[in-house]
Amino acid sequence: MELQFTLGTGGRVNSNKMKKDKDTIDKTLKRKHKLQAKEVKVFYDDFMAIKGIDMNIRANKITAFIGPSGCGKSTFLRLFNRMNDYVDGFRLEGEILIDGENIYKKKVNVEQLRKQVGMVFQKPNPFPKSIYENVAYGLKIQGIKDKNFLRQKVEDSLKQVGLWNEVKEDINKSALALSGGQQQRLCIARTLAVEPSIILMDEPTSALDPISTAKIEELIYELKEKYTIVIVTHNMQQAGRISDYTAFFYMGELIEYDKSKKLFTNPEKKQTENYITGRFG
Amino acid sequence: MLRKFSFFQMRKLKETVIEKGLQASALVTIAVTVGIILVLSIEAILFFKEVSIIDFFTDTQWTPLYTDKHFGIITLLSGTLLTSFIAIIFAVPVGLSISIYISEYAPRSFRKTIKPALELLAAVPTVVYGFFALTVVTPFLQTFIPGLAGFNSLSAGLVMGIMIIPFVSSLSEDALHAVPNSLREAAYGMGSTKLQNAFRVLVPAASSGIIVSIILAISRAIGETMIVAIAAGQQPRLTLDPTVPVETITAYIVQVSLGDVQHGSLEYRTIFAAGITLFIFTFLLNTISYRIRKKFREKYE
Ligand SMILES: Nc1ncnc2c1ncn2[C@@H]1O[C@H](COP(=O)(O)OP(=O)(O)OP(=O)(O)O)[C@@H](O)[C@H]1O
Ligand SMILES: [Mg+2]
Repeated sequence: MELQFTLGTGGRVNSNKMKKDKDTIDKTLKRKHKLQAKEVKVFYDDFMAIKGIDMNIRANKITAFIGPSGCGKSTFLRLFNRMNDYVDGFRLEGEILIDGENIYKKKVNVEQLRKQVGMVFQKPNPFPKSIYENVAYGLKIQGIKDKNFLRQKVEDSLKQVGLWNEVKEDINKSALALSGGQQQRLCIARTLAVEPSIILMDEPTSALDPISTAKIEELIYELKEKYTIVIVTHNMQQAGRISDYTAFFYMGELIEYDKSKKLFTNPEKKQTENYITGRFG
Repeated sequence: MLRKFSFFQMRKLKETVIEKGLQASALVTIAVTVGIILVLSIEAILFFKEVSIIDFFTDTQWTPLYTDKHFGIITLLSGTLLTSFIAIIFAVPVGLSISIYISEYAPRSFRKTIKPALELLAAVPTVVYGFFALTVVTPFLQTFIPGLAGFNSLSAGLVMGIMIIPFVSSLSEDALHAVPNSLREAAYGMGSTKLQNAFRVLVPAASSGIIVSIILAISRAIGETMIVAIAAGQQPRLTLDPTVPVETITAYIVQVSLGDVQHGSLEYRTIFAAGITLFIFTFLLNTISYRIRKKFREKYE
């Protein structure tokens, strides 16, 4: 699925051959590397939270971000849907690319971008509305009014997260009446309903009990077929269980980034080893 | 050791005195409230011994000071409701827009200055507002509403609306501000624009607080006296026409209280009957807002 979050990309001319070649190269690259960070530095006022990171994140894989508290995982993750834009004093250097396109360019439509890059937060944050309204929200703000379409989409999304059978009778009841685990799955359903291609998750299970956590892990695992998923977690086992790639961050730097199997069994760097064996952090 | 002991005793004595003092002022407040209700009720009961309560609510004229006496409270009530309605229709959209602007759009530094400035609106003496309505707003409106009378509910209502804007905006802004940030993140994360976030997520989430602010504003408008007494006229009239003079319950009470009716006469007692009607209205409104506020608190705790 191609991203279309810029305004006025329709008029692009691909006439000459060189450009075509370049596009093909770009496309192969895009398919492989969904998300890219190029020499990224992030400042909060004068404080440098991300100290120059280059990183390519693969399409249709689960990539886990691990690292001690305050190392910049959330900051880095939230660059990909521009959620840091609202933070006072936030400043970015370098480039963040999605499908090869710089998402911090002026002409980027941030709302459109966020429909393509969904986000699930640490604490379940359903709207104080009905279950139905929660899932339909993203479609409704896009101006979709067709009741049948909405109902179908809500049902599909709830089925996708395995919540449909649990809530189909209570679809018009407040989402706040659900348990924490159900709320988090609802939040994922809400995100899926707008059909993003990328889903960012910031410690999505850290506020949940083990059973809900297991359910959500299973769900994330299933989702990777269709979506590119980046997940921040403090849970090493979780990262090992579900992720294909793992990135270890420390003090605003990317220390090690590799296949999860490799990183957890045979890390290159001493710091990584210390962290995953629990010797610090 | 001894000094410490006496110091301790002193402190205890001081605390007892303060405690008793606070208790006494609380009791005085309650006593005064009960006293007011009692006087209102007694005089009102005496009034209803002479005037049938059915006439009171069904008669369409209010002429207690004339020889042909009629006691149709709905005449005054219509004045009160009409002016309050105009005030609310004006103040709610303006106040709500201001609150949304301050809480979601304005830079933080601006927020710090604009809020106290707005609350200053509520601190202007209402008699000033009354003259402002009579001598500025009415002549201004007359330039494009030719039939507008010198005293009318339109300009009184509008100016009353200006007065109650801070009631709406300040409390609504508090309610919006109290909405957890996680909901804003959720809304933006789904691709909401600022406007969609404000109207589809924040306003519904803060709705109970916003409703409370509106009810308090209504209650303030209904009880408002000076503006309507000065600018709306003192002619009891059962009408929905905002361009003609009317009289509100409060304005009538002022009129009679300042006049020379005899204590204990029926004319005198009309103000208590009118007063208790007003009291019941505002009491109901305050009770509703109290209930909603309680529910609202439970929701976020
Ligand atoms: N809004 C902000 N203003 C200023 N500094 C911030 C802000 N948010 C984060 N920081 C700082 O940036 C650094 C990285 O924070 P970040 O939240 O990205 O860490 P994290 O790795 O997600 O930590 P945790 O595991 O605790 O969630 C921290 O030192 C933090 O203090
Ligand atoms: Mg974090």
